[in-house]
Amino acid sequence: MRYWFPYPLLSVSLLLFWLLINQSLSPGHILLGVLLGIAFAWAMVNLQPQKTRMSHYGTAARLVAHVAVDVFASNIAVIGVILRGRAKPGFVAIDIGLRDENALAFLACIVTATPGTAWVEFDRQTSVLLIHVLDLDDAHVLAELIKSRYETPLKEIFE
Amino acid sequence: MTHLTDLPLWAAIPVCILLLAGSAVTLVGSIGLIRLKTFYGRLHAPTLGSSAGTVLICLASMITFAVLQNRWIFHEVLIIVFIVLTTPVTLMLLGQAALYRDRIEDSEVVPRKAAGETPSPSEADI
Repeated sequence: MRYWFPYPLLSVSLLLFWLLINQSLSPGHILLGVLLGIAFAWAMVNLQPQKTRMSHYGTAARLVAHVAVDVFASNIAVIGVILRGRAKPGFVAIDIGLRDENALAFLACIVTATPGTAWVEFDRQTSVLLIHVLDLDDAHVLAELIKSRYETPLKEIFE
Repeated sequence: MTHLTDLPLWAAIPVCILLLAGSAVTLVGSIGLIRLKTFYGRLHAPTLGSSAGTVLICLASMITFAVLQNRWIFHEVLIIVFIVLTTPVTLMLLGQAALYRDRIEDSEVVPRKAAGETPSPSEADI
């Protein structure tokens, strides 16, 4: 099984991508999408990405909901900051326990997609993540928030 | 453009609201690029357009064409997914470049490396 389908999740996402972009559910497109999904998964084997097994899909769904709410809330907050024209920017250093590359990539997407926080640097040796915050009240509270709200579920999903 | 007049009123109102809200958020983000003073502050402003702005405008597009063509339309979701996946690449690159320059210039604004090894021009060559 693993030989024929090295990256099942990738193949399924490629099939979904193919069907969405063709806007069709006809058997022909499904067959073509499945073939493309398998072919590109084989191509990925040569790139040797880090293999991760995802689990805990319930946690993943909750994480997506949390992120959606946070992105919405911080959009409004950043609009307020820009229109008022004053803010207290600052850097926050967070000790991150995540090791998995894909989990870190997800964390980067979350932090960047949320306006008001920008991922600046991740040091692999010390595993310290440096983010810049547009309107910083309490660095410690924010670090705890990111750890509990994003890092813990990501750890559960990926490790 | 003319076929847009076929859009019934009940669909036109939410589409207009979504479109205006999305453009307004993106506009505020662009204003932020001018109003925020530091480089790191300016990293945050365009994220407004790439998160809420994109989502709202894509939602408006989905509703318009779903109503006009009388079927479900989802492929705008792909635009949202790919924008969310690709913005970190550019933002990280810009952030890293700024941080590297500020550390070499011994700027007071940026925190030093935790391990105590600040990059210096000579080290960078090795």
